[in-house]
Amino acid sequence: MAATLNLKVEFGGGLELLFDNVRSHRIALPAHVPSSRVPDSGSRTPRPANITFLIHWLKDNLLKERAELFVENETVRPGILVLVNDTDWELEGEGDYELKSGDEIVFISTLHGG
Amino acid sequence: MAPKHCGLCQDARAILKRPKTGQQICKDCFFYVFEEEVHNTITEAGLFRPGDRVAIGASGGKDSTVLAYVMKTLNERYNYGLELFLLSIDEGITGYRDDSLKTVKRNQVQYDMPLKILSYEELYGWTMDRIVSSIGKKNNCTFCGVFRRQALDRGACALKVDHIVTGHNADDIAETVLMNIMRGDIARLGRCTSICTQGEDTIRRSKPFKYAYEKEIVMYAYFKKLDYFSTECIYSPDAYRGHARSFLKDLEAARPSAIIDIIHSGEAFEVKEEIKAAQKTQRTCRRCGYMSSNELCKACTLLEGLERRLRETVISSLLDPPAARLADKMLVLISLIVTVLSRESKIICR
Repeated sequence: MAATLNLKVEFGGGLELLFDNVRSHRIALPAHVPSSRVPDSGSRTPRPANITFLIHWLKDNLLKERAELFVENETVRPGILVLVNDTDWELEGEGDYELKSGDEIVFISTLHGG
Repeated sequence: MAPKHCGLCQDARAILKRPKTGQQICKDCFFYVFEEEVHNTITEAGLFRPGDRVAIGASGGKDSTVLAYVMKTLNERYNYGLELFLLSIDEGITGYRDDSLKTVKRNQVQYDMPLKILSYEELYGWTMDRIVSSIGKKNNCTFCGVFRRQALDRGACALKVDHIVTGHNADDIAETVLMNIMRGDIARLGRCTSICTQGEDTIRRSKPFKYAYEKEIVMYAYFKKLDYFSTECIYSPDAYRGHARSFLKDLEAARPSAIIDIIHSGEAFEVKEEIKAAQKTQRTCRRCGYMSSNELCKACTLLEGLERRLRETVISSLLDPPAARLADKMLVLISLIVTVLSRESKIICR
């Protein structure tokens, strides 16, 4: 069986409604991006899983409804904040951040009325 | 990536990139600068005087929850000498507002502030649930918005406060600037960026979060673990605002300063005196006495429309062939009577 990464994923700010109304999930993510997802780059080395891949994986495996409220243009919809181990993902390379086992990723929507 | 150090204290690990400045800062510095900026906004605009009674418009959502927390913190830290209250409006939306009001009730205990809840039902004789069942989902946000504004004023009056503060943030204001431009609403464009507004004899209203980015408000709530409610209104979406909002979020993704830049543009607009003079002067509503630019205020115009619709339903159902069940007729008749009676008990603040 292919290697996986154990991650904790949390949704907040209303985003949990798209994920069966469950805030906290423990998932086993493939450690490498399946070759079907990588456009032919000429290289055969498998690409390590990053947050961009996680977003796609969540959309395909965990999301229950209205994908357009979560994903837009291969990334999260503008207005969704992402934290990697309690740090703004903008400081961690955003979608390019390479995940490791034990990482905690939090997605918070800011799009709900205040 | 190697951890980055805070650009302010140069010591702790940075946890946030500030959208306004691009600066990378640690958690403690973030709390400090966020609170200090709100304090600066308040003192520079001279929003409060010692002894003021101030109501915080509280919906249970992120903005007003953070506002209540920060107002309490600053009032204690800088001895503003304010008496703070929570003021909530119950629009009568089952499954939405009833849940968010539970959050406000918890905040009342957490922040030790008196809470006043005022409902559309007691003010206008209509809940949003009933309005939507009468007019449908289209345009219902218009009713809700107009009613809420007046409801806050009336609630503030009942609490005898001098001032209402609301959680409108920089993103909200930039959105409103865009919407007013797109609608050609020059009068509103002129005043939508003011930090404090005051009608003739109404209570002052201000927005201490005018320069606070939504991202930072949400991050503040997250790191402080504040208890807030986040569910989209079941009757939403205000489609026009929704478009302005996604447009703004796209702009922000490309250039984070866009939000503050749009507010700045809004502030820099100046409406010529002759245009201002041509605009309608303020008067009071014939029906309820609230400030208005027409004979009837916006809320009463909407209410009259609802009541007319209800009367027509009653008449047509009473004239209906006997096939219509008597019980149904009685129900419609009763709802008309209830509406008319509850109008009489409306709280009028003059």
